[in-house]
Amino acid sequence: MKWALVLLMVAATTVGEVLQAAGMRRHGEIHDFRPTAIGRALSLMARNRFVIGSIVAMAVSFFAFMKLLSMTDLSFAVPVSAVTYVMETVLAKYVLKERVNALRWAGAMLVVFGVTLVSM
Amino acid sequence: MGLRAKTFLCATVVVLSNAFGDFFMKRGLPDTARLNTPLEYVTMLFQPWVTLGVLLLVVWQLSRMALLSWADLSYVLPVTSIGYVVVALIGRVFLDESISPTRWAGILLIMGGVALVSLGTSPSTAAPSASPRLRAKSEASSQEEPA
Repeated sequence: MKWALVLLMVAATTVGEVLQAAGMRRHGEIHDFRPTAIGRALSLMARNRFVIGSIVAMAVSFFAFMKLLSMTDLSFAVPVSAVTYVMETVLAKYVLKERVNALRWAGAMLVVFGVTLVSM
Repeated sequence: MGLRAKTFLCATVVVLSNAFGDFFMKRGLPDTARLNTPLEYVTMLFQPWVTLGVLLLVVWQLSRMALLSWADLSYVLPVTSIGYVVVALIGRVFLDESISPTRWAGILLIMGGVALVSLGTSPSTAAPSASPRLRAKSEASSQEEPA
């Protein structure tokens, strides 16, 4: 049960961040920081399907974290959420086809070892 | 206040608001918390300690966005990864959680791993020619007030 929640939380966070990046890229860079311009940008974003999707995904991730916190120690729930970095690295390499260097793989491996130790 | 002091202060706010946000959420969730229906999740947000936790997490997001507006992610992530240790200390001291040496080792590995992941991630946008943090270094130290 708790690993299912960890998985759900990590998957939802990752999906949320990818959707947010896609949505904001589609929206275009924000240059104008006057209140009316920000209001217009916000109303555009509210109709951007990627942005809406990212908000839903992050809400799922938040409530999964809440459920996990209610069941486990703080010193378990918070460190294991770092699995997100592993997921993002794998996603960057195999889905987004980014170049992932050795340093980043080493970091992802360390996180995996660390989470294993935390859960022992 | 020099840029270096401002960065340090903001990073401290980022780490503490995140750690204490998580702590107050945990504090406010009863052990017997019934979280089954969406309504029960939303109701739980209005438990006083949980509300405080959520507010701190909002502060965390805002301070993090502010920090990222002038500092690189490859600086922000390694520096704020100290938060994993801070959260564990809070759990140990305020929640009486017993943390085995194995778990401490795991937490340190995770902290190092997160730092490495972000250092190994090349930024997709052009970095400014010289880091403003370094340029502000001498300025910040010359303005320090005597204790």
